[in-house]
Amino acid sequence: MSVVQAVECRNVTVRFMSQRQAVTALSDVSIALEEGSFLTLLGPSGCGKSTLLRVIADIVRPTSGGVSVFGQAPEVARRQRQIGFVFQDPSLLAWRNVLDNVRLPLEVGGKRSLPAGSRSPEELLAMVGLGGWEKALPHELSGGMRQRVAIARALLGGPRILLMDEPFGALDEITRDRLNEELLRIWRETGTTILFVTHSIYEAAFLGQKVLMLAARPGRVREVVAIDLPEPRTLALRDTLGFTQQAAHLRAVLETC
Amino acid sequence: MEAAVSAIGEADAAWLAARRRDAWRRRLLPLVGGGALLFVWWALVEVLQVKPFIAPSPQVVAYTFYAKFGMLMDNLKLTAFEAFCGFMLGNLAAIATATVFVHRKSVEQAFFPIAVLINSIPIVAKAPILVLLLGNGMEPKIAISAIICFFPTLVNMVRGLEAVSAQSMELMHVLSATKTEVFFKLRLQTSLPFLFSALKIAASTATVGAIVGEWIGSQEGIGALIIQATYNFDSALLYATVLCGSIFSVSFFLLIRVVERLVVRWDATTMA
Repeated sequence: MSVVQAVECRNVTVRFMSQRQAVTALSDVSIALEEGSFLTLLGPSGCGKSTLLRVIADIVRPTSGGVSVFGQAPEVARRQRQIGFVFQDPSLLAWRNVLDNVRLPLEVGGKRSLPAGSRSPEELLAMVGLGGWEKALPHELSGGMRQRVAIARALLGGPRILLMDEPFGALDEITRDRLNEELLRIWRETGTTILFVTHSIYEAAFLGQKVLMLAARPGRVREVVAIDLPEPRTLALRDTLGFTQQAAHLRAVLETC
Repeated sequence: MEAAVSAIGEADAAWLAARRRDAWRRRLLPLVGGGALLFVWWALVEVLQVKPFIAPSPQVVAYTFYAKFGMLMDNLKLTAFEAFCGFMLGNLAAIATATVFVHRKSVEQAFFPIAVLINSIPIVAKAPILVLLLGNGMEPKIAISAIICFFPTLVNMVRGLEAVSAQSMELMHVLSATKTEVFFKLRLQTSLPFLFSALKIAASTATVGAIVGEWIGSQEGIGALIIQATYNFDSALLYATVLCGSIFSVSFFLLIRVVERLVVRWDATTMA
């Protein structure tokens, strides 16, 4: 009797044709992700972290292997709006104010209305700490605030899984720490499954219940490390011995990737 | 404590005053430069005793502009109308073509080289062909004006429609947006800053096109007036006509800039 997983990848291989030769971005990757869990993806550049995320979001088709999202093909899950995606660049539409950016998903892909019981754009903005900024234009916001808008937009309609591709990679450390803590709070509040790509050891250890470590060239699974830390996690946790040891272990594994 | 606060207040006031002075300098200096050039022009004509049929002095041009203002405006009206029609026609055609190019790569590959080829023919060579084709009325002037606008707008519009970031396109894909939605929600707005830089160029070139069109077998309009004044060695009228044409051209340019500021409010680079 098997439970339906949020994400299941079976022997996924992705090959690209670059200018000269074929590049294997992912080789025989198999992962399973339980619903409601928080998994971080850690690995050196070129390990195919972003590609794996794009395979799950139906942006990239795998060359071989099977992917299912909540037991369905990624394309079906995408069309049913079960997937929210946050990119490294907030990708806000510069001519729309904050509220209209969050509302964008309601205007494209068949102009759907919000499912009953799901949070309104205003509620989502309040949740990401941007209540009162509805009418601001993106160029009036800081980098961290723009990324908050992108998170609110990805959460609109209550997706069952949130895919995040180094969303805080371009932010300064102070902002990044604060957003890490808030993301954990949002995860607890919404119960959404989160798959989070990062190249920061501390971010991976702090956020993830498990860390999936990928090795590069070709991208393949190296190890899945369970992070055993007391919940709910706060930033103070980072100064404890337990956290430091977990991070040291991740670093040791990363050196073999 | 209070002394410190008032010191900061004074520093702020001094800084604001310096900024105001700077703003006035930037506004006044071009006027000073223009005035100096006018003076040199006047001095050269006076000192070298230049004959009036070779070059007029600035005050004669100013007087002619005033005295023949009504006649100049009658002619400008025609030229302005032709330039405006050509501007609209050429730019709308360019925007439509760019839209097709962006969605159908094979059409772009087939027709873009032809657009380059037609663009490489000098406008003074295209003009007689169009006069033969379209007769002696306003039509060939509008056509020349439109053709001259078309190419820069086409190139800029294609670039603008394709200036969407890869991640924005991925976002639209995750949201299952259709091609039409991507065009109207993303591409069109992204292209607007590019479009307006082309439209500002087109505002002046459309006027040039209409004037060049009037050089060939035309009885009225700024272009025709330029030719007549030249043949009559009426240098004062020639200069006044040119002045009239360029005032229109600059106003057209400024009008587009005002529209740009109203429409493109989000582009931080143009707002600064």
